[in-house]
Amino acid sequence: MSASTDNVWILGTHMTKFGRHGDKDLIDLASESATGALTDAGVTIHDMEVMGCGSLFNAMAGVGQQLQKQIGQTGIPVYNVANACATGATAIRTVYLTIKAGEADMGLAVGVEQMGKGGLLGVGGKGDRARTEYKPSGRYGSVMSVEGLVGTGLMPGVFAQAGMEYAYENSGVGFEQFAKVAEKNHAHSTLNPLAHYQKQFSLDEIMNAEMMSYPNTLLMCCPNTDGSAAVVLVSEEKLRTLSKDQQRRAVKISASVLTTDPWTERAQVQPDVNTLTRNAAKKAYEMAGVDPKDLDLVELHDCFATAELIHYDNLMLCEPGGAGEWIDKRGPWRDGETPVNVSGGLISKGHPIGATGIANVYEVATHLRGEAGDRQVEGAKVGLAHVIGLGSACGVHILEKAGV
Amino acid sequence: MAKIPIVDYLVIDDGEPYLRAWEAVDTGALYFDRRNGDAKGGGTEFKPRRLADVGKVRSFTIVQRGVPGVPVPYASALVDIDGGGCVKANVVNTPVDPEHVTLGMPVKLTTWVAGTDDDGNEAICFGYEPV
Repeated sequence: MSASTDNVWILGTHMTKFGRHGDKDLIDLASESATGALTDAGVTIHDMEVMGCGSLFNAMAGVGQQLQKQIGQTGIPVYNVANACATGATAIRTVYLTIKAGEADMGLAVGVEQMGKGGLLGVGGKGDRARTEYKPSGRYGSVMSVEGLVGTGLMPGVFAQAGMEYAYENSGVGFEQFAKVAEKNHAHSTLNPLAHYQKQFSLDEIMNAEMMSYPNTLLMCCPNTDGSAAVVLVSEEKLRTLSKDQQRRAVKISASVLTTDPWTERAQVQPDVNTLTRNAAKKAYEMAGVDPKDLDLVELHDCFATAELIHYDNLMLCEPGGAGEWIDKRGPWRDGETPVNVSGGLISKGHPIGATGIANVYEVATHLRGEAGDRQVEGAKVGLAHVIGLGSACGVHILEKAGV
Repeated sequence: MAKIPIVDYLVIDDGEPYLRAWEAVDTGALYFDRRNGDAKGGGTEFKPRRLADVGKVRSFTIVQRGVPGVPVPYASALVDIDGGGCVKANVVNTPVDPEHVTLGMPVKLTTWVAGTDDDGNEAICFGYEPV
């Protein structure tokens, strides 16, 4: 084989129900999604020539090999990856790139996480406020944990600040616009049986829920969730040899992009989740030859409601600076201009970190196949899946329903 | 007993406290942490730069549910410092709610004692208060 300029396609995909799976371990969940994706693709583990496996909190555990020991030890290379909340998208890209490089015709990407009731994420460094000797250490020469004394590094607050920065720079954005994002996603979740939570809330209920980190209330934050998702990728050349039914259900990956955060001044003190998303989106649109207005649906990284709103702008779904107005006029609702997070998003569906980037690809692909059941976006032909992890990493995939 | 800054980019040696950034000689990029190089331009030469003690709130949040042992609520803000630089810190000496902590509000640097260790040394913290 030689390096291929052919397209890479999704042949099969599956996700577990997202939720609390205390009766299962990590490998149970990964096995369920992996075997589900293989069955959906009409192939077996013996057809796989490469595996990408993402599990952020188990990055050193060899989860891919553990999974092989349950579903098939065939000796193929495994790439265990960890890339913050873009871990799942990165697992997809390891398989995608291996196929593009001509080293494989078919491969499996799996993402899995068991979060349990993990509490708030984001506090690092010294945890002992009561230390008895103040001695500067670390790159900032700190003498104690600075959380709550020198700002916040907790995730609800970090993303609240990202949203409020957008509100500072643009008009028509405030607490109510952020809350409307959660109102939409909770409403969407009622149609998705795989979502962790499927409960609709009024705008008042959302705005009057427990305040976590202004303006994010509890109902505007994603829950800690267990789950797994998987996808089988295939080269176009190989796909042409498969059955008509496999070809009919295959979904084309028109763009696969991963970016990190380039230097920006303020990102030294507050992660810049915008620039790398804009860069990834721009590159993906160019690669796919797709205009944002062509998108029939988008699954984007709504870890918090404040995050979703700013990504309307970063992904160019609304007019520049117009994210507040766009949610006000229901642009991202499932019956709006460009449906966003019809799965319920991370806010309702949940955010098992390693699985999230594959689950949103699952969601888009399922709509493009016309197999999304009650939540189907009718006639969907092209969609975009986005994830971002702090640190930072951003993955964007554009998928299309197309003929081989 | 000594007064020790909570982070080393707060300078309290003599006179009024101030924030000190490391400025990359080649690009002018500002950093608060110990550096191996300039992430903007790749250079390795830095010089200290004293930042102004006034600025504007660029963004904020009010943390109501935090981590055990850290009192809530507290207002965390990104402050654009007049003349250059941006820093994250608490907004203090004002009620902690969105009516009193607002986008664009002018603020100035302030310090207080955040704790005392077993040797009697005081940790000096910094934040911003309304002008």
